[in-house]
Amino acid sequence: MNLAARQSWPFLLILVAGVIAPFLFPTYSNEIAVLWLMIVFASTWDILGGQMGYNSLGNIFFFGAGMYICAVVQIGLYYNVGMYTSGARTTHIVFTNAQYFTGLALGTVVAGIASAALAVVAGWIVLALRGPYFAIGTLGIAIAAAELVSSWEWVGAASGISMPVFPYGPEPQKLFFYFLLFALAFVLLVFLKWLYSTNFGLALNAIRDDEEKAEAMGLHTRRYKRTAWAISAAFLGVAGAIFGNMTGFIEPRDIAFPTTTFNLFMVVMVLLGGKGTLWGPVIGAVIFHTIKEVTWTYFLGWQFIALGALIVVTIVYFQQGVAGWLMEKYPRLFAPRPAARRGAAPALGGALTPHPEGAE
Amino acid sequence: MSGAIIALDNVTKSYGGVIANRAVSLTVERGGITGLIGPNGSGKTTLFNSIVGYHPIDSGSIRFDGQEISALSVQKIARLGLLRTFQTTRIYGKMSCMQNMLISIPHRKARLADMFAHERADVVERAEQLLAFVGLYEKRELRSGSLSFGQQKLLEFAMALMNEPTVLLLDEPTAGINPTLINGLLDRLKRANTEFGITLFIIEHNMRVIMNTAEKIYCMAHGELLAAGEPGEIQRDQRVIDAYLGAT
Amino acid sequence: MNHILGNISILTAAPVLNLGLLIDGVLIGSIFALAAYGLALVWGVMNVKNLAQGDFIMLGGYITWSLGRHHIDPLFGVPVAFALLWGIGWVVYRLVVSKVITRDLFTSLLATFGIAIVIQQSLNLAFGPDTESANAGLPTWQLAGGLITIPVTRVIGFVLAIALAAAVIVFMKNSRMGQAIRATAQDARAARVLGIDTEKVYSFTFCLNAAICGAAGALVALVWNVQPFFGTTYSIRLFVIVTAAGFGNLPAVIAAGFGMGVFEQFGGFVLGAEFQQALIVILLLGVLAVRQWQYVRVRQAVQ
Repeated sequence: MNLAARQSWPFLLILVAGVIAPFLFPTYSNEIAVLWLMIVFASTWDILGGQMGYNSLGNIFFFGAGMYICAVVQIGLYYNVGMYTSGARTTHIVFTNAQYFTGLALGTVVAGIASAALAVVAGWIVLALRGPYFAIGTLGIAIAAAELVSSWEWVGAASGISMPVFPYGPEPQKLFFYFLLFALAFVLLVFLKWLYSTNFGLALNAIRDDEEKAEAMGLHTRRYKRTAWAISAAFLGVAGAIFGNMTGFIEPRDIAFPTTTFNLFMVVMVLLGGKGTLWGPVIGAVIFHTIKEVTWTYFLGWQFIALGALIVVTIVYFQQGVAGWLMEKYPRLFAPRPAARRGAAPALGGALTPHPEGAE
Repeated sequence: MSGAIIALDNVTKSYGGVIANRAVSLTVERGGITGLIGPNGSGKTTLFNSIVGYHPIDSGSIRFDGQEISALSVQKIARLGLLRTFQTTRIYGKMSCMQNMLISIPHRKARLADMFAHERADVVERAEQLLAFVGLYEKRELRSGSLSFGQQKLLEFAMALMNEPTVLLLDEPTAGINPTLINGLLDRLKRANTEFGITLFIIEHNMRVIMNTAEKIYCMAHGELLAAGEPGEIQRDQRVIDAYLGAT
Repeated sequence: MNHILGNISILTAAPVLNLGLLIDGVLIGSIFALAAYGLALVWGVMNVKNLAQGDFIMLGGYITWSLGRHHIDPLFGVPVAFALLWGIGWVVYRLVVSKVITRDLFTSLLATFGIAIVIQQSLNLAFGPDTESANAGLPTWQLAGGLITIPVTRVIGFVLAIALAAAVIVFMKNSRMGQAIRATAQDARAARVLGIDTEKVYSFTFCLNAAICGAAGALVALVWNVQPFFGTTYSIRLFVIVTAAGFGNLPAVIAAGFGMGVFEQFGGFVLGAEFQQALIVILLLGVLAVRQWQYVRVRQAVQ
């Protein structure tokens, strides 16, 4: 099998699986949609955590921000947001089909761009910090967002916002948002495959392996860090916008900024699957989500305790994850691409031109 | 002063009460090989750190190619063409040797679009040639962290060459290397100087190496510049001998 | 915004209120200082940033509250929680912390975060989500014609906190284990070479910290209130204190603990109770931003 085919079969598999799944398992289409969301969570976390070495405990901030920004755009285009979210509202508000879809489209795009901008701002605060300080700082940002939005009357405070209703009924709604989430996850994976093959991927890995060395070699580390986080944030923002509309109701602590659930799932899924690889986070997301869905009902009442225990066990005993374990057992499967040129070493002397003087 | 690519003037740096460098003034000739010797604790690495911008200095001036650099960051100084290698040999351990080389291209002209570019064929070719130059061509796809210590030092050197520096500061380049391999490394250092025109400024403890390589040598002791001159003069200088044998 | 300005004007109109807030802040700050000392200890000795610190405190608080419900004077909660948390700390250390000490810092952070979640959710399952407090049945002093109220429990809490902190400090200075701990904190390898069993030191330190949290939690239950999910707020609060003061500088940590207590009282009064958690988190970001600015100035990485 030549190289291109070898590398594209997982994508074809996912494409086929993703497209037919809601028709094969209609009762589970919501759960599978959330699986795609989990893949987005894991893959975006891995950009910073696995590839760049910056472990964020606050990426959920961008998810929730995107959710709220999209809602504000969707509603605000046609109505007064403050009035819409006010608990004292008695008029029934209706969106026409055109209003709904243009609002959704515009809101999603704005959510993505705004989240990226927020990442740049957040970067000013925390990106110069290393290791645990960065982690705690990002956690602080996520918690602060949850707290501040909970007190912000204009967006409904702790009571949240009832989203505009999907015009064609609940069954088409499930399908519509399923495909939106699937498309987002698929686009993200294709994008990341390309991104990691460019200089950007190399730079991220260099920053992870030895940031000081990268600086000493003149790498624009700040530029790369900011851009990586902005990319993560953009995808998370769009995911939040879609998810908010899918659930039909958003509120700050449990849906938009759930710091101890989705926020932490991201990290666990990547650790489970293997940091710093393209497919590791996907594998981790699949394993984690499947186990969680299957056991949730059996662990009733205990599920979060079980979750905490799972985190601890994964960290202590299984840190390199599935991908890491596979790479150790079967190193040949993961050998890097063979060099374009084979045979003897290239000739020296004339081929190496003495370089001209100087800086510019 | 023409001919001097690095000029230090009365550089002083102290760390928590200890004066690591006191009023050090020296120049490094453009295109030459200059050595820096001195017993342990004399402040050599601190001086290197000051030059490359790793920390700010207390007072004095550091000029590179006529430009004052003492207030610049490490990255900016590196992009001006002033690089250093580390005593503890730092490379990107989880990446392959080839990847280490590819990320070491000069970033002075990097635009936003370059961030997302693929490795160009001519860059790959240059990386392969440099790896061959240091004898690591066969190992180019191996994880750099799995190389032996001596091989990692060679890789770090190759990465530095890849960056097309004007001046290379080498911190104890032969430390920890098998004596039989030292000659090979020295040969490559000299060729980097003569063929690529890179100015070298080397901290060394191995007297045989530095006396046979450098054109001018500075000797430091207790944070101060003790003596300066050609290898022959330094070898005969009583103050240098005393510093090493501990008479002072 | 208006009610914030209103609150500020109340403070300027009645200076006695400021004194009341100050006293409250110092009394409560003593508990913060105690718990922050424990966090700094674990941080300095084992380089573990314990995100479960606040949850250990809550555990101590719930133990004390349970004593009260069984008609035992909750003041006994202090020694009982101290002892029980020592044991729990030992279990946590053996099962989890000992295995992550040698790994990178994010690992230990995440592991303690996982433990925090287990504790929070267990408490929620066992005791429900209401806030609780233990009533020691002690009177309340009234000063300045009723404008300042000081529950005696708070004063006792203050005294006990100071006493415990003093006891720990004396122990660290004079006992063999205390010296071993300080030696390990400075250089673990050297300590091992000199024959100190660093494994025992780590275990002891972690247990001691857990026990300190237990006692602090008992005081919190007596003086304030507990709730299964308050632990995170405490953890962040203590983290801010230790980061701002520098974990090696123990007098500064204690002073910062008191400072935090006072700051929160004033902040809570001026901004209103619902902003209290947001205030703490913003303070965290402020402290980190200051560190980042210092980094840029000195060009060293924030370690």
